[in-house]
Amino acid sequence: MQLSRDALLAAYRRMKIIREFEERLHIEIQTGEIAGFTHLYCGQEAVAVGVCDHLSADDKIVSTHRGHGHCLAKGCDVNDMMKEIWGSREGLCKGKGGSMHIADVTKGMLGANGIVGAGAPIAVGAALASRVDGPGPNGLNVAIAFSGDGACNQGTTFEAMNFAVVTNAPCIFVFENNHYSEHTGVDYAVGTARDIASRAEAFGMKVWRADGTDFFAVFECMREVLEHVRAGNGPAAVEFDTERFFGHFEGDPQRYRGPGELERIRETRDCLKNFRASVKGASLLADADLDTVDAEVMEAIEAAVAAARAAERPTAEDVLADVYISY
Amino acid sequence: MSKMMYRAAVLSTIMEEMERDPNVVVLGEDVVGGMGTAGGPEAIGGIWSTSTGLYDKFGPTRVIDTPISESAIVGAAGGLALAGKRPIAELMFADFIGVSLDQIWNQLAKFRYMFGGKTKCPAVIRMAYGAGYNAAAQHSQSVHQILTGMPGLKVVMPTTPADVKGLLRTAIRDDDPVIFLEHKALYAVQGEVPDDPDFMIPFGHARLSRAGGDVTIISSGLLLGMCEAVADKLAAEGIGCDVIDLRTTSPLDEETILDSVEVTGRVVVVDEAPPRCGLGADLCALVAEKAFSSLKAPPLQVTPPHTPIPFARELESNYLPSVDKIEAAVRRVLSYR
Ligand SMILES: Cc1ncc(C[n+]2csc(CCOP(=O)(O)OP(=O)(O)O)c2C)c(N)n1
Ligand SMILES: [Mg+2]
Repeated sequence: MQLSRDALLAAYRRMKIIREFEERLHIEIQTGEIAGFTHLYCGQEAVAVGVCDHLSADDKIVSTHRGHGHCLAKGCDVNDMMKEIWGSREGLCKGKGGSMHIADVTKGMLGANGIVGAGAPIAVGAALASRVDGPGPNGLNVAIAFSGDGACNQGTTFEAMNFAVVTNAPCIFVFENNHYSEHTGVDYAVGTARDIASRAEAFGMKVWRADGTDFFAVFECMREVLEHVRAGNGPAAVEFDTERFFGHFEGDPQRYRGPGELERIRETRDCLKNFRASVKGASLLADADLDTVDAEVMEAIEAAVAAARAAERPTAEDVLADVYISY
Repeated sequence: MSKMMYRAAVLSTIMEEMERDPNVVVLGEDVVGGMGTAGGPEAIGGIWSTSTGLYDKFGPTRVIDTPISESAIVGAAGGLALAGKRPIAELMFADFIGVSLDQIWNQLAKFRYMFGGKTKCPAVIRMAYGAGYNAAAQHSQSVHQILTGMPGLKVVMPTTPADVKGLLRTAIRDDDPVIFLEHKALYAVQGEVPDDPDFMIPFGHARLSRAGGDVTIISSGLLLGMCEAVADKLAAEGIGCDVIDLRTTSPLDEETILDSVEVTGRVVVVDEAPPRCGLGADLCALVAEKAFSSLKAPPLQVTPPHTPIPFARELESNYLPSVDKIEAAVRRVLSYR
């Protein structure tokens, strides 16, 4: 643990923002105010933050249908995201995209994605763009493809991995293995079940594995991964073992879970609890420091929801905005 | 007759056909739901409840839960069909044809013709399509426009539970690849469904859901209900609308359309897909070519604009055709003397 006190607090704040953003959405969605499909990232925060804390705005990420955490970790504005999810014309995508399509390319966030497996090839392209630019003072900019255990079964993901290897692209394939794709278990759907990394390895890239509920494990692992990729050694892959705390989508009855499973993972596999225990154990931060962050985060989320509620609604004319031609 | 929902008509037809014919096989993502989990198989049973109970009844060799691999799902359906089975593949959302298009378009659609008529390809590819759920640009699309343009495919888009029953049975027993489009906003609609275990509706036979004689409105799927609402409103003013539910966009029932237009001379096509090179354009061209001398007004189409489908409620509702937009178009074609 070489992180400064400020860096620790910042990392905790980012994870907590994601957590509370999602916990609040979980409540708000039940009122029917928010439209569309929403997939919550709760439980996986340490991955998004442990990965993105190493990145600059020049590094790119490509996300999934479960994208809120990646967006927030990469620097998308909390209020603008909340407004987007509320469908406001002041939202990050003017209400055109919603939860599944949040993007902010100015932050290097190239989009959440409704098509499972669509992200990895896009990340390869962004990595090839970095290869065109060549290395800067910190080495090559990288592109990161976040994928789930379900997405690792798409041909697009396989094609992207091989493509990245043969072009030596500075691309990192981050697999978040939360053991489920919708209602199907990884033990059924993935031939290598809890070992997705071995697939990536077979394509000829270096791979890492870490506990995705432990921020420090993610962060340390990503330090090595980025060193490797920024130096021009080609792509890499990382598999994080993690947990999703809510249903696949909001409204999922989750009958595929075992008895007590949710309580157990909330108790023992909660990255925020784990973080608190680690920093307290090592006397790096005290409860009071973290409690202060908690309170600030709750205020920020409250403000974001209020701003989203008050934000301007789109109009009929907005349907035809941002097209190059209309018929 | 039995009263059942659109989704139940899908499930019961598959169930009956699987009982009747051991060659019928189902495959798709989460069609069993719960595989490899503590909850076990059938913990969920398909996200649209159109495959619940199939696995328990027919087992893993005939009910195949697949990984997220649309290209392989459709390709495997093609292989099953060439090997003598009658696969019913499910794509969770019609939008996912994008991932599997080569298999649909260059493979299944072409086998019969390309192999000199020496094989058949009895595969059904079912998928949920359509907007109305604020599911945004990649989970709301109507894809019949794209697929109808592909020679070799039959394209079916039922509107009522009875039509689901009759058309799905025909699709399963058909020897060519059939795209079976289920509108997700219709799944919970109830209707009377014939009990006859051999009840079938032949492809290429449209349904006249309102007969009026003054103007022809052509549609299918969710928007058909809006067309009927417009017809009922205008009927009170003494204006008679023929409302034609196409049922299948390929093969196309030209006869029913032309018979109606020859009487009315006025036609409005209402479609959920974008306007260019679509159903509206196709049918307007049909009546211009084959019923020109009957026309009393230019044929019109009511469709969404040429944009991706937006997310926000206000955007999606303004994007989609509505009763008001359809009524305005109908009044416009009626205004020509
Ligand atoms: C091409 C495609 N197929 C299927 C779906 C439906 N779908 C959305 S998320 C999902 C499961 C994805 O699982 P995983 O990659 O493990 O991500 P997680 O949901 O666990 O974050 C499925 C099947 C989709 N959106 N796109
Ligand atoms: Mg998963």
